[in-house]
Amino acid sequence: MTDNLTKTVFGRLSLESLPFLHEPILLGTFIVVALLGLGLVGVVTKYKLWGYLWKEWFTSVDHKKIGIMYIILGIVMLLRGFSDALMMRAQQAIAFGDNPGYLPPHHYDQIFTAHGTIMIFFVAIPLIVGIVNFVMPLQIGARDVAFPFLNNLSFWLTVAGAVLVMLSLFVGEFARTGWLSYAPLAGLQYSPDTGVDYYLLSLQMAGVGTTLSAINMVATVIKMRAPGMTMMKMPVFTWTALCSNVLAIAIFPALTAAFFLLLLDRYAGTRFFTNELGGAPMMYWNMVWIWGHPEVYVLVLPAFGIYSEITSTFTGKRLFGYSSMVYATVVITILSYLVWLHHFFTMGAGPTVNSFFGIATMVISIPTGAKIFNWLFTMYRGNIRFELPMMWVVAFMLTFTVGGMTGVLLAIPPADFVLHNSLFLVAHFHNVIIGGVVFALFAGMVYWFPKAFGFKLDDFWGKVAFWGWVIGYWVAWTPIYIVGLMGTTRRVNHFDDPSFQPYFVIAAIGAVIILVGILGFVMSILVGWLKREQHKDVTGDPWEGRTLEWSTASPPPAYNFAFTPVIHDLDAWYDMKSRGYLRPTTGFRPIHMPKNTGAGVILSALALVFGFAMIWYIWWLAALSFAGLFAVAVGHTFNFKRDYTIPAEEVAATEDKRTTLLAQGA
Amino acid sequence: MLRPGSKLHRRAFWGLSILALPLILGGCDKMVVMNPTGDIAVQQRNLILFSTGVMLLIIVPVMALTIWFAWKYRRGNPNKTYDPDFDHSTTLELIIWTCPLLIIIALSAVTWTSTHLLDPFRPLERIAPGKPVPTNTRPLEVQAIGLDWKWLFIYPDLGIATVNELALPVDQPVHFSITSTDQFNTFYAPTLAGMIYAMPTMKSELHAVLNKTGDSWGYSGNYTGAGYSDMRFKLRGMDKAGFDQWVAGVKAGGALDTATYLQLARPSAKVPVMRFSTVQPGLFDRIVNQCVEPGKPCMVDVMRGDMMRARMKPGKEPPPGAPKPAEPHHEGMNMSALPPLRMPGAPRAAQA
Amino acid sequence: MTDHTLEPQAEPVWHLTEEEEHHDHGASGPTILGFWIYLMSDALIFASLFAMFGVVAGAYAGGPVPREIFDLKLVALNTGLLLASSITFGEAMPHMEAARVGPVRFWLALTGLLGAGFVGIELYEFSHLIAENAGPNRSAFLSAFFTLVGTHGAHVTVGLVWIVTMLIQLGQHGLNPATKRRLICLSMFWHFLDIIWIGVFTFVYLYGVIR
Repeated sequence: MTDNLTKTVFGRLSLESLPFLHEPILLGTFIVVALLGLGLVGVVTKYKLWGYLWKEWFTSVDHKKIGIMYIILGIVMLLRGFSDALMMRAQQAIAFGDNPGYLPPHHYDQIFTAHGTIMIFFVAIPLIVGIVNFVMPLQIGARDVAFPFLNNLSFWLTVAGAVLVMLSLFVGEFARTGWLSYAPLAGLQYSPDTGVDYYLLSLQMAGVGTTLSAINMVATVIKMRAPGMTMMKMPVFTWTALCSNVLAIAIFPALTAAFFLLLLDRYAGTRFFTNELGGAPMMYWNMVWIWGHPEVYVLVLPAFGIYSEITSTFTGKRLFGYSSMVYATVVITILSYLVWLHHFFTMGAGPTVNSFFGIATMVISIPTGAKIFNWLFTMYRGNIRFELPMMWVVAFMLTFTVGGMTGVLLAIPPADFVLHNSLFLVAHFHNVIIGGVVFALFAGMVYWFPKAFGFKLDDFWGKVAFWGWVIGYWVAWTPIYIVGLMGTTRRVNHFDDPSFQPYFVIAAIGAVIILVGILGFVMSILVGWLKREQHKDVTGDPWEGRTLEWSTASPPPAYNFAFTPVIHDLDAWYDMKSRGYLRPTTGFRPIHMPKNTGAGVILSALALVFGFAMIWYIWWLAALSFAGLFAVAVGHTFNFKRDYTIPAEEVAATEDKRTTLLAQGA
Repeated sequence: MLRPGSKLHRRAFWGLSILALPLILGGCDKMVVMNPTGDIAVQQRNLILFSTGVMLLIIVPVMALTIWFAWKYRRGNPNKTYDPDFDHSTTLELIIWTCPLLIIIALSAVTWTSTHLLDPFRPLERIAPGKPVPTNTRPLEVQAIGLDWKWLFIYPDLGIATVNELALPVDQPVHFSITSTDQFNTFYAPTLAGMIYAMPTMKSELHAVLNKTGDSWGYSGNYTGAGYSDMRFKLRGMDKAGFDQWVAGVKAGGALDTATYLQLARPSAKVPVMRFSTVQPGLFDRIVNQCVEPGKPCMVDVMRGDMMRARMKPGKEPPPGAPKPAEPHHEGMNMSALPPLRMPGAPRAAQA
Repeated sequence: MTDHTLEPQAEPVWHLTEEEEHHDHGASGPTILGFWIYLMSDALIFASLFAMFGVVAGAYAGGPVPREIFDLKLVALNTGLLLASSITFGEAMPHMEAARVGPVRFWLALTGLLGAGFVGIELYEFSHLIAENAGPNRSAFLSAFFTLVGTHGAHVTVGLVWIVTMLIQLGQHGLNPATKRRLICLSMFWHFLDIIWIGVFTFVYLYGVIR
């Protein structure tokens, strides 16, 4: 009787679901996280910041603040994802022969699953979305995105997903299925515990957030560009953001559908991906890779945009071959949709099908190669300032080309037969994702940080971060390429052959060097903040920038531009500067802006509760939160007053302050 | 500071390279992918080397140019041309699109031919370079089954089976039929040939040959859960006499009947080598069709019945001449070929 | 907004001194475009479900086959209801353009009733199938059938909630730029579901029975 009651109230949640109670490593982690969390809450409470955070940040629909919050989320999750990486490297460095290592498969398998999932969905995507969110509207001379509330909702849905993943650390378990949770392993029969449910529900929330955000960004680029900015006068970063988001809209539905079907298999007993009763697990592979491969380009296209902006700025030159850069981006967008099968050449689809997908994959390297040459010839006859962002670009060009080469190698089906699922493959995609995406994210964060906060990051620690990452990358991943050629497969937690060990030890050392890089970046923020008066940017244009975002103040006012700019040329701000543009100081008008709203936070909180209740089979709570979700969503539509006006005097006051600052700087 | 291209930077680079050299060289004989002993794997290795070489034709100049331009056009260098409006050159544009294009055209041609020649479903034509397969040689049949978490090998012509041990006579073409019970595994013996997926309810194939005697390891290349890391088998290359002797030794083992198989199929890790002197006939096909358990209908029969019911007018009896759906199908029917939409990636139906 | 062609002059114009109409109003604003893009992504979800159905359409696993379970008469009635509801929605839109709120609400309510009839029949069909041991757990074919048809039905249900919401909001605010915009989106949504249903009807029911 009481047993039934507990089951009804708590579902399958019980004291045993809290593994940290009986596992020392988890207990330690839990204590640290709990203390950090309590400390943070304490500080916020002590300085009475809750109201400020709620009013100015959590409920904000300002694209700049949402962008910054995305980036904070990405960095926090990077720390989590990277600690997983360190644990894996440590395990593989010691687990040889009779030594089983310190992580049994039960733990190790959760860690590599969490590492991949978190790094892609909660680090790379939020950081890219954050930078696009912050920069793109400024680059096109807009005051906000097309759907400001939707932007806020997208962000909080992503947070809800991230919170759910983090919860799995202490309540129940995470998936032990690899970062794409292939069926049939991820089906209820082989993974009956909460892990895959955590995985599916958290990614489903984050995925919905990303799709909505992508729709928002595309509508923004198409509809909200400043007058005069034709498509071929858009900054390259905006172009890549557009293509990346178009691609995201085209692929995320496939992932949503795949996860939805797997959820049905697990919750409703359907037979989509089971071995029995006609299920077709291979269809799951197709669907996740129709998402999965283009997803790489969703990440790397904006990264290419970041490199383009930085190269052009720091060489003091127009970008070489702007239109070929744009066409290359568009071609990559289209082609990336036609290559997914190269992730399972080895299923034996037949030589014609395999050749088609292999050659389609290689063809992508043509526009990518053209891009590399374009950056190269932007440097040619330039006047290169090797400040931090530019250093990242050069490191990228040297690292990424190697990754591109191994990628083409993997695209040749017979070569893939020996390299598929080996550590060579793992080294390849870390090569392109670290060398291509992560370097761009750091370059972009260093580059646009003064725009967002009004002061530069600390240069010394920034260089520590740079060298930590670059050296660490090569030390960590070169040996992994080599052990891949020794025939080792991925996701192995223990080896018999001791001759692999030196390579894994070197890889672990490399991971520690990368850790120095990560901590260096955190330090560069901290030290930069402490020295913020020294590194202050009063001009709004600290790098001699060329695009529109550098024409406004750092940090930009809520309305971005007091007057909507009119564009005459590519590199609009360079054009304005070189033709004697004078900043207007009078004649300001009231500005319409969207009002903040808490609906996004509330909806996401309800989604989080719903997800948690579903994972633990607490049906009453799931039903309740779902009904709540629906009611709040409908209720929100009854609010018709979503705008407010910034009076002309306030605009004038803000702009006058900037006038004074500029005069001081000059 | 350590600027790219600075003296210190170069020194650091060479220093690190020299330190890494012994490890890279020392690993050479261990790099089974680069030093395989099977002809198929050798051809795959040659393909890797060739395409890497072709790509280096463009990668090396690009990297060199990157360093050179970064050095030459740095702000501190007074001896450079600075041309802020240089943003277009039709000649250069042509070159930068053509160079990668040419490389990719070359690689595409190689890809097309090699993918067809090294198709795992394609019977072998040669045992080694210059050594064609003698006429009237039948390949040795081996059925590989990925269980949770061990490999079962059935030699149907010899009537024997082994677990986690695959012995092959050298210079003898082998034809593998590959499937799995629960998970998607890949059958991967790096010294022998590239990997191929082993999937439940489906049958994949691989033609390969081993050219040297000696032991090496084989794996499953696709993660399948807790026991995955220990799911490996010993691949033993033997000369003809040694192989016959090994077969005779296996013949001394126990029998692999339904009950033993069902016991074996239960999840278990780190399973020692097992040898079976006899195998229940048709076991592989029953595994593919998921009907090893007594009384369980075979998938192929169920599907045949489904198709007949779907085509039948309602309320009619099956026509008298229609095949009865009771006999299990013995050719290893391929399930994925039956649905109306063929999924990309699915293996082809078994070739006769 | 971006169509302005501005010749570079001796003294270029660097910004707009007059503010444009606020962006979120009227049919030319980003909302219609954004909603259209959303529908495209939703169409891709359906495309994935169709593909899944296509792959397992013959996987009966010894369970019922289409001709044993599909009642084409019922489905025809259902299709008729949904198509009729699209026509009635079409009737509402000219009244919206002409700013006649009464007829808009009438046609909208009629659309809602037809849609509710559609959902009702679908629920009847589902319960009937489950009672006959032809539920979604029986075979991959039935799983895909229930999921595809059910997802469409869930969309129609959301559309019904939206219709009710619009009826209330039209009562409260009448036809203003915001409600008009929402009506345009709702109409796109409703017609979109019609198109999806035509796919379901042809591909799942008709093709299943005549195969």
